[in-house]
Amino acid sequence: MAAKESIGKTVGVVVAVCLVCSIIVSGSAIGLRDKQQENARLDVRTNILDAAGVLSKAEGQISTYFDDNIETKYLELKTGQFVDMPVGYTTIEAAARDPETSHKPEDDFAKLLRQPNVVPVYFAKDDNGNLDTIVVPVYGAGLWGIMRAFLAVDVDGVTTKNLVYYEHSETPGLGAEVLNPKWKALWDGKKLYDENGNTAIKIVKGGAQPGDVFGVDALSGATLTSNGVQSTLDYWLGNNGYQAFFANKPWKS
Amino acid sequence: MVTKLSSQINLGSHKGLIMADTKEMKKVLTGPVLDNNPIALQILGVCSALAVTTKLDKAVVMALAVISVTALSNFFISLIRNQIPSSVRIIVQMTVIASLVIVVDQVLKAYNYGMSKELSVFVGLIITNCIVMGRAEAFAMKSTPGIAFLDGIGNGLGYGFVLVVVGFFKELLGFGTLFGFEIFQTVQNGGWYQPNGLLILPFSSFFLIGLLVWAIRTAKTDQVEPKG
Repeated sequence: MAAKESIGKTVGVVVAVCLVCSIIVSGSAIGLRDKQQENARLDVRTNILDAAGVLSKAEGQISTYFDDNIETKYLELKTGQFVDMPVGYTTIEAAARDPETSHKPEDDFAKLLRQPNVVPVYFAKDDNGNLDTIVVPVYGAGLWGIMRAFLAVDVDGVTTKNLVYYEHSETPGLGAEVLNPKWKALWDGKKLYDENGNTAIKIVKGGAQPGDVFGVDALSGATLTSNGVQSTLDYWLGNNGYQAFFANKPWKS
Repeated sequence: MVTKLSSQINLGSHKGLIMADTKEMKKVLTGPVLDNNPIALQILGVCSALAVTTKLDKAVVMALAVISVTALSNFFISLIRNQIPSSVRIIVQMTVIASLVIVVDQVLKAYNYGMSKELSVFVGLIITNCIVMGRAEAFAMKSTPGIAFLDGIGNGLGYGFVLVVVGFFKELLGFGTLFGFEIFQTVQNGGWYQPNGLLILPFSSFFLIGLLVWAIRTAKTDQVEPKG
């Protein structure tokens, strides 16, 4: 046997270790990939059902419930028209990364960085098969990073039902209270637009007046997160987002 | 070479290798929890202890991940310790550790997606945790695989012990919950408890780890460094 410190032995051991390790790593990555993708998809579906307010009904059978009750359509934001599912569309995050399928917002006050040209929108049906809730994705910068959410809107295109954040990096206990069920419940029944179709929803510091259909309490101690939520909604409800979609209500025809 | 390797892998037949007396095994396994705690006495691996302890469930999962990495890396490095040339031993150890961390990260993504989203980069950063590297270099390179495996579990437990204690106080006082269940009803939810926001932030773990070190050294005075 060659001496332990010889060049041949050293190279041999290093190559052998690298080979074995790379086989283990790639094996685990490929072996578990299906399960991971399934998990990621299930996670998105869970959040959509949560936003639609039917998560408790779907408990334990997320995928079947989703397939039966949620219809996914693809909306071209510039035209406000439905389009066929773009080839290879996976997630809104992936679409926003690809320069082919996204653009830089002209006035990026919500700091999206890039906005996809086409977004998936979800139509949730109630138990009788009637359209009940429309769930649209929104995102924008909070204090520490991009915050992503699903906004659930009633079929009238004006009344909110829910705002469910599913990805954020806000401060625990302050900005991260966007996940607090008490705060989330405040969104139920608020109006996104006034009679003239202008964006009217406002996050109110110090608390909205009782009966104010346009006002939602700001998060205490989290001004910058609250501002982020406000500008995210302003952007996505404006004419670069869903304004035309909610005004024309293409789901009614 | 082949026969040498196989004799090392075939541990069961070597009584002296794995059947070290049970007292020794117990010492290796439980010693690092209080007597020789990697965080409290050796002050290693503090960085991740600061960050992942805001919630108890995160602390527990992180502890399990570190236990599996230290145990397995110790085992595999000990298995090939006689083959590793000393000039590249750190690189070889690093390669083994990094591979194990990636595997643990992948498994977590596959079986506990929500938790892996919350722990995000900190699972990957186990690679840089000094405890794993320290045990590989200080213990596994000189010991037989069986005892090295136990040493890895022991040190992982020591790390996990601190993580869970810190996570317990941070979640209880910072959120009023334990494992997400409400213990103190907070003011936000209409109760009486005003959560301590300081304890949610990572650096508050410094205070808690400091207090823990103080408590352990008060109980076990031999850990106190001599003055002067």
